[in-house]
Amino acid sequence: MTKTPLQFRHNGRDVALFVDGGVNLLVALRELIGDMTPKFGCGQGGCGACGVLIDGELHLSCLTLAETVNGRTVETLDGLKDGPNLHPLQRAFMEQFAAQCGYCTPGMLMAAKALLDRNPSPTRAEVIEAISGNICRCTGYEPIINAVLAAATGGRARA
Amino acid sequence: MAKHRGRGIASINYPIGMNLGGDPSQALVHSNPSGKFTVSLSSIDLGQGMKSVTRQICAETLGVPVEDVYVDTADSDTGPHCMGSFASRGTHRVGNAVMAAAKEARGVMMEAAAEELEVNAADLDTDGRGNIHVKGAPHRSISTKDVAIAAQFKQGKTISGRGIFLVPLSEVDPETGEMSPATCYAHACLVAEVEVDDETGEVAMVRMDSAYELGRALNPRLVEQQLVGGAWMGISHALFETPEPYYPDPAHGPRDFVEYLMPGPGDVCPHDIAVLERPAADGPFGAKGPGEMCANPVLPAVANAIFNAVGVRMDELPITPEKVLRAIKAQGGARPQARR
Repeated sequence: MTKTPLQFRHNGRDVALFVDGGVNLLVALRELIGDMTPKFGCGQGGCGACGVLIDGELHLSCLTLAETVNGRTVETLDGLKDGPNLHPLQRAFMEQFAAQCGYCTPGMLMAAKALLDRNPSPTRAEVIEAISGNICRCTGYEPIINAVLAAATGGRARA
Repeated sequence: MAKHRGRGIASINYPIGMNLGGDPSQALVHSNPSGKFTVSLSSIDLGQGMKSVTRQICAETLGVPVEDVYVDTADSDTGPHCMGSFASRGTHRVGNAVMAAAKEARGVMMEAAAEELEVNAADLDTDGRGNIHVKGAPHRSISTKDVAIAAQFKQGKTISGRGIFLVPLSEVDPETGEMSPATCYAHACLVAEVEVDDETGEVAMVRMDSAYELGRALNPRLVEQQLVGGAWMGISHALFETPEPYYPDPAHGPRDFVEYLMPGPGDVCPHDIAVLERPAADGPFGAKGPGEMCANPVLPAVANAIFNAVGVRMDELPITPEKVLRAIKAQGGARPQARR
């Protein structure tokens, strides 16, 4: 089977690889690039654990053909921290105890980042809307909502 | 056609662990040459924090900083025997085993330190910051790291300890059938307030208030986290989740997360929790642990709240809009009960 050459920007770094036709972005990231931060939850867009940002917009990598990101920018949880410094969202998740088993956390963080990038001070309802495509089995969502609001500038004032 | 509010209450006595075969858990504690300690367990941390509390229990018992303890869990091929993470037993059973193992390891550590300081081990104490000193003479001290190195390279000792927690097997009284299935019980009470739509049968959570008595809360933030998350699971069991909605007919069963319903972030409600600490006599530092009971009282409280709101007694889970609507129709309309 012919492989397709693929180049894109992955967390600030240019990557080039060959993919089989039909391979989805989640497989390309995890198995070909070795970025294990996007998680495989359901493989059919129902849980949000595989969420990544493509050109700044939230996408489910399990439903995205790898070939479609050619020449584009892909951000995953692995690129969220700045060297040894955690992203404010990551710190807020820690401080608010917003993770238990942690499987949904990468998707939650990317969905939250997509929200805060376009709306730095969301209301509680806007946070709920932003993570409504992400399933969490452990936390009861409340600590996650509180963490996103805590990380947002002025989020609490408006909530 | 209207929305009706109702309030329901449920109380719970919850056994910690069980008594099949004595419900044993084992733990091993040993020092590394760096003076840090490793706890080996076969029980797994499912995310509720057993790794954190066993780490705290070990550090507290050894008298060393919590940063100096590493907990290695969940390899039942190579680790000590453990019944597992279930029956709300982790903190109590595994914690007790870790405490026993850490006590034995502390004994060896103090003997090794005594040899280095040329004093009697009974005259030594730990400062909780990684040093061992002569009681009343803090300047006569040695670091746990130097003790570990001396034990390893000079004294030929392993600073290690073994621990097991085993409940005496409870015999069943042939006359009465009475037995003692658990050594301690946790308690809780939860009030749920719901809003029932008598046109659609939908039940929305309005708020919850609860009080949990679970021994000493070894890590209060983890306890709260577990109670908040567990209550969500309770809502889910009460109102949403089922693999076979028309049991025993498997037809129309959910096939994926799109059809297997669970409450989303928009379906949760404010939950005010009071944690009451009444230390258990046989718990590690008095702990019993929240465990499964953080979900359990939500189900009956929600069912009672629905009765209070519209007067229908739901006795099958989950309480779906369809069931509520059928029950309201069967009794000829909503009959709100008196608010208490």
